[in-house]
Amino acid sequence: MLSIPCPFCGPRGEHEFQWGGEPVTRPVPASEVSDARWANYLYLRTNTKGRDRELWCHAGGCGQWFTMERDTMTHEVFESAQISLGRIGA
Amino acid sequence: MRYSAVQLIRQGLAGHTGWSPAWRTPELARGYDAVVIGGGAHGLAAAYYLRKIHKVKRVAVLERSWIGGGNTGRNTTIVRSNYFFPESAALYDFSLRLYEGLSEELNYNIMLSQRGVLNLAHSEHDMELMCRSVNAMLLNGIDVELLSAAQIRREVQTLNFERDARYPIFGGFMQRRGGVARHDAVAWGYARAASDLGVDIVQGCEVTGFLRDGDRITGVETSLGPISAGVTGMSVAGHSGVLAGLAGFRLPITSYALQAMVSEPIKPILNTVVMSTATGMYVSQSDKGELVFGQGLDLYPSYAQRGNLPVAQTIVASMLEMFPSFRRLKLLRQWAGVVDVCWDYSPIIGPAPVDGLFMNCGWGTGGFKGSPVGGWTLAHLMAKGDHHVLSRPFDLGRFTSGRLVDEAAGAGIAH
Ligand SMILES: Cc1cc2nc3c(=O)[nH]c(=O)nc-3n(C[C@H](O)[C@H](O)[C@H](O)COP(=O)(O)OP(=O)(O)OC[C@H]3O[C@@H](n4cnc5c(N)ncnc54)[C@H](O)[C@@H]3O)c2cc1C
Ligand SMILES: [Zn+2]
Repeated sequence: MLSIPCPFCGPRGEHEFQWGGEPVTRPVPASEVSDARWANYLYLRTNTKGRDRELWCHAGGCGQWFTMERDTMTHEVFESAQISLGRIGA
Repeated sequence: MRYSAVQLIRQGLAGHTGWSPAWRTPELARGYDAVVIGGGAHGLAAAYYLRKIHKVKRVAVLERSWIGGGNTGRNTTIVRSNYFFPESAALYDFSLRLYEGLSEELNYNIMLSQRGVLNLAHSEHDMELMCRSVNAMLLNGIDVELLSAAQIRREVQTLNFERDARYPIFGGFMQRRGGVARHDAVAWGYARAASDLGVDIVQGCEVTGFLRDGDRITGVETSLGPISAGVTGMSVAGHSGVLAGLAGFRLPITSYALQAMVSEPIKPILNTVVMSTATGMYVSQSDKGELVFGQGLDLYPSYAQRGNLPVAQTIVASMLEMFPSFRRLKLLRQWAGVVDVCWDYSPIIGPAPVDGLFMNCGWGTGGFKGSPVGGWTLAHLMAKGDHHVLSRPFDLGRFTSGRLVDEAAGAGIAH
C-alpha cells in the first residue's frame, strides 16, 4: 500500500487516489492540429521506467488534482505539488 | 532428440541420464539475418517461424534474462478466441488453431486442455449485452453458446447460486474450444524446435540500444556487444516503451502490473475456466490441483514484477463471493507480470516508425493465447517487410487514423 502525500490533505492510503496519467497539454487551435499531433497528444506515452512525474487525483478525499513524482520501478513516492494554472505537461 | 513413448522407456531404463538439453547454448555471432528481441513465447515463436516457414538463414533470439521468465511464465494460461470484432476473432482464432496442432508440430506436449471458458452474466442487463456479444462472435465464426443459469448449474456446481448472492447468476456463455495450456511448455517447445532448426537462443543478453545506418536500424547494442541484423523484431511486452525510447519513438502503451495467485492444491473440483464480466475475476484449476485466479490491473503503472495489496484483496474477495466453498483454502503463491496495455486492448503488430524494425507488442493482459499468431505475423513482417493479412488491422497507424479495434469495450474481459 502506497502512502500518497496529497498537497491539500497530507499523507493518505493509495486506495483514496486515482492515477491520472502522464501530464499532457492539449494542442490548439483544433483546426490547425494535424492527425499525427493529435494522436501524439491523445495516445502516445513515454511510459517511463524509473522516476517520473504523474497526475493524481484525491478522488476519495478532497477531489483535487495534483502532480506527484514516483518511481515506477521501486514504487518510491517523492514530492507532490499543487497544479499551477497554465501548462502542466509537454 | 525426438520425444516419444519409446524414448521415454529407453531413457527410463538408463536411469534418465541420457536426455540432451532441449536447446543449444550457442556461440553468439556478430551478425544475423534476423534478430528477435525478447525470449518470451512470442519472440521464440517468431524465430521458429522465421526459420521454418520463411527459411531465413541466420536467426537469433536475444533475451536479457532467461527465456519464458517474463509474462510467458507468469500468466494464467487461458486460451480462447471469443472476441467481438471480426479482426480480433480472425487473429485469435488463427492462434487457437495453431495451438490445437502445436504439441504435434513442436514434438513437445504443451498440455492444451480445451475444457471450455465460461463467462458469467449477473443480471438481466448483463445477459442482454451478452446475447449481443455472442451474436457478434457467432457471425465471426467462433464456437460460442449461450447458457441458462440451470445449464450452468449442471456444469459448475461449486458456483454461488444463492438468490441473495452479491453477484447472482443469470446465465452465461461458453466457448468449448477455449481452455488452458502449459505456459512454460509453449516457450520451451518453441525454443527447442527453433534451436533444432539452427536458431541461436541467447539468454542473459540485454538489448541496450540500436545500431543505425542513417535512418535505418541495422542491428542492436547489447550487454554482450553490438550485433548487426538484416532485420530486427521486438517482442518485449512490458518493456516495449523502453525499447521504443531507445529507438527514438513513443507508443500508445502503458505498462502496469497484473497479478495472479494460486491456492494450495486440492482434488479436482472445477472442470472449466470461469470468468465474471462484472468483477473481472477468473479462475481455473491447474493439473496440479491449485486454483489459479486473478482479476484486473493494478491501479497505476509499474515496472515492478509484484502486485500491490489492495488489488490482491479485491481479487480474493471477488473469488470467494462467487465460490464460497473455497473460503477455507490457503493461498500458496501470489505474483505479477508487467503487461503492455494499449488504449483499445488490442495488440500492435507491424512496422515501427523507424526502418528496419518490426514490432509485436501491446498484448497487455491477454497475449498468451496470441503467442503463436504473434510469432507467425512478426515472422511474416520481418521476412516479407509487409503485413500479413491478419496483422494489418493491428498496425500502429490505427492510432492516427482513429480506426481502433476496441476490445476493451467489445469483449470486456481481457485475459
Ligand atoms: C498475471 C498475468 C496473467 C495473465 N493471464 C493471461 C491469460 O490467462 N491468457 C492470456 O492469453 N494472456 C494472459 N496474460 C498476458 C500474457 O502473459 C502476455 O500477453 C504474453 O505472455 C506476452 O508474451 P511475450 O512473449 O510478448 O512477453 P514476455 O513473456 O514478457 O517476453 C518478453 C521478454 O522480453 C525480454 N526483454 C525485455 N527487455 C529486453 C531487452 N532490452 N533485451 C532483451 N530482452 C528483453 C523480457 O525479459 C521477457 O522475457 C497474463 C499476464 C499476466 C502478468
Ligand atoms: Zn486531498
